[in-house]
Amino acid sequence: MGSRSSHAARIPDVDSIRRETGFSQASLIRLYHRFQALDRNEKGYLSRVDLQQIGALAVNPLGDRIIDSFFPDGSLRVDFPGFVRVLAHFRPVDDEDNGNRDPKEPEPLNSRMNKLRFAFQLYDLDRDGKISRHEMLQVLRLMVGVQVTEEQLESIADRTVQEADEDGDGAVSFLEFAKSLEKMNIEQKMSIRILK
Amino acid sequence: MAHRLGLLLPLLLGQLCSQLLGTSGDSMLHYWDLRADNGSWGPKRTQDNGSEVSAHTLLFSLDYQHVQVPFEITLWIMLASLAKIGFHLYNKIPTVVPESCLLIFVGLIMGGLIYSLNDKSPPVMNSDIFFLYLLPPIVLDAGYFMPSRPFFENIGTILLYAVVGTIWNAFGIGLSLHGICQVKYFNLQDVPLLHNLWFGSLIAAVDPVAVLSVFEEIHVNEKLHILVFGESLLNDAVTVVLYKLFKSFCEMPSIKPLDILAGIGKFFLVGIGGIFIGLLFGMVAAFTTRFTKTIRVIEPLFVFLYSYLSYLTAEMFHLSGIVAIIACAMSMKRYVEANISQKSHTTIKYFMKMWSSVSDTLIFIFLGVSTIGNNHEWNWPYICFTVIFCLFWRALGVLVLTFFVNKCHVNTVTRKDQFIIAYGGLRGAICFSLVFLLPEFSRKKLFIAATTVVILFTVIVQGMTIRPLVDLLDVTRRRETSPTVSEQILIRFFDHLLAGIEDISGHWGQYYWKDKLEYFNSMYLQKILLREYDQSKSSIVLLYEKLERKHAIELAEAGQLIHTPSSTSLLKIHRQKVKPLDQDLMDNIQEILTTNLYKIRRVVSFCS
Repeated sequence: MGSRSSHAARIPDVDSIRRETGFSQASLIRLYHRFQALDRNEKGYLSRVDLQQIGALAVNPLGDRIIDSFFPDGSLRVDFPGFVRVLAHFRPVDDEDNGNRDPKEPEPLNSRMNKLRFAFQLYDLDRDGKISRHEMLQVLRLMVGVQVTEEQLESIADRTVQEADEDGDGAVSFLEFAKSLEKMNIEQKMSIRILK
Repeated sequence: MAHRLGLLLPLLLGQLCSQLLGTSGDSMLHYWDLRADNGSWGPKRTQDNGSEVSAHTLLFSLDYQHVQVPFEITLWIMLASLAKIGFHLYNKIPTVVPESCLLIFVGLIMGGLIYSLNDKSPPVMNSDIFFLYLLPPIVLDAGYFMPSRPFFENIGTILLYAVVGTIWNAFGIGLSLHGICQVKYFNLQDVPLLHNLWFGSLIAAVDPVAVLSVFEEIHVNEKLHILVFGESLLNDAVTVVLYKLFKSFCEMPSIKPLDILAGIGKFFLVGIGGIFIGLLFGMVAAFTTRFTKTIRVIEPLFVFLYSYLSYLTAEMFHLSGIVAIIACAMSMKRYVEANISQKSHTTIKYFMKMWSSVSDTLIFIFLGVSTIGNNHEWNWPYICFTVIFCLFWRALGVLVLTFFVNKCHVNTVTRKDQFIIAYGGLRGAICFSLVFLLPEFSRKKLFIAATTVVILFTVIVQGMTIRPLVDLLDVTRRRETSPTVSEQILIRFFDHLLAGIEDISGHWGQYYWKDKLEYFNSMYLQKILLREYDQSKSSIVLLYEKLERKHAIELAEAGQLIHTPSSTSLLKIHRQKVKPLDQDLMDNIQEILTTNLYKIRRVVSFCS
């Protein structure tokens, strides 16, 4: 037990991080170790290069976008609280959390809305609050592969936007996005067990 | 009512005739034999043995012996199919009573008739016929059309229920029945422990045929369906091992701990061996279909042949045939679907459904028929306790296992789901056939009686009441929506996103392995198993093409294929306001339509 607390003590601002993200002590320690493992030169922060070194991420179609989500507002470094803040979106939803929550406090990072907002941001690169047809096309191009013609991709993008678009403005707003995902159980889908 | 009787009556008469002709005694047989030797028509010749043969030409004679076997088989299948039509003509019944119950009743009636006419037990369903001919089509149909995504997402839970749950049930039932046997009052003391355990092992297994026929009609949510159904399929491996284990124990003079360890080892061998054989045949089937471009007509045949071979091979090595055929169907599906033509795909789908439907119906009818007869020893205490213990141990097992599952998993199983899983543990024809395979020891008829009652109870009582219970408990139903392209894209999107996050957080979870498998697939498997120019068509594109085709067919069937954009018109049919098609897409779709099954009269109106 002694060693544990000394580990926790090494993490700066551990209490405020815990409050903000809701991670348990054990998870935070595990994530801190992971952070340090990724931080090659022990700089104390992660840069884009560090994350790009993860092999599997390089072949992931959405790899670049995921990495970008760690660097909001064009910053070049992410420190441990920032790292954890992003991963907190993927914490499994615990029913107890909602019971004890003080309604005046901001919504926990792993609530359904926040999870959806995170996913939405991966589509909406220009942050205008809507997924335009062009943005949908870009994501499709990443995911679908090379054997498809440009026209077919465009038709698919068209159809996708049409299916979700309700007010007919040719773009998918956040609410429409949330609505199209109603049937999918987002709380369970966007949760990684060990991040409890 | 009248319809049903009208249809069934000629069939019953036909069956009775076949019974009388086929199995009844002595003098009639000789008479027919003489005629049979001489053939059906043509002038008669005097025979060498000098028997009495009439000289005049026989214009009409009956040669039943010649066609007996195929004729009777066809009559049974015909009876089954007409019974099915009969039920659906009278609409109200299928909503209250599931089809399987009705079929059992028909079987009971048939059995009763045969018994009363012949005064001996009607033909019992031969275990070989069941395991070699009737069961494979159903399991193949289940495996081929199994939605693989929910299956693999819940595979841990399914395996836990199938393996641990079945072992728990088997030992629980066996041991408690042995406890009952000790009570002097019931006159059961000569049943040894091993026999009780053996019986427990065969009655514990949930039956896929029964589960499928009942759950198909109640439309619960996908996860629940896949849990119960997956469990019923995969527990075959455990049943095979336990059954054979106890069988060999009964034959051995003494049991050493080494034998028990060997039993556990055997389980892994049976399961993994089954999967391996299935995968092997699946890959070979996919590879074969790569070369079938010029002979499209026999493409469906390969699917059936390879799957059946995988089943038989696994059975040959005493591995689990069901697991093998499931693995074969699931692994082959992806590549075969990409390689074969649309027509072959439709053929496969309908043949499989047809065969499995016929098998299903026959199994239930035979279950009913075999119930009547002298095969039973009605020791009511034993039988009642068997039913009670089956229910009790299943409920307890599900409760305990779900507790562990919910601890480890994000995807929790709710209380209502648990109840339906426990209640949906139906026993069926597999138990029945296994009990007939038991060697002839003294209390075998007791076990047969108990099995029959358990099966009838679960299928009839539980089958009938599960639908009102599902309504009462307000279990989440399956959402009846058509697949949309955006959903498919989002699913894919989340797969990638979660795989990425798992990589960053250093966790080797579900998405990590799925990603790895996909990578392996695209790098190696697709190159070998898919035809050259069809490689790497993403599922999004395939779904999109399928939806466009469907949409175009609907438009064409409604009478117009509109060339220029028109915002209103018959697009009111769709709830999605899909804009009409432009020129390129039109050509694409027309090309798809010409190679399609439907020959639609295309009325293309050019609005200029």
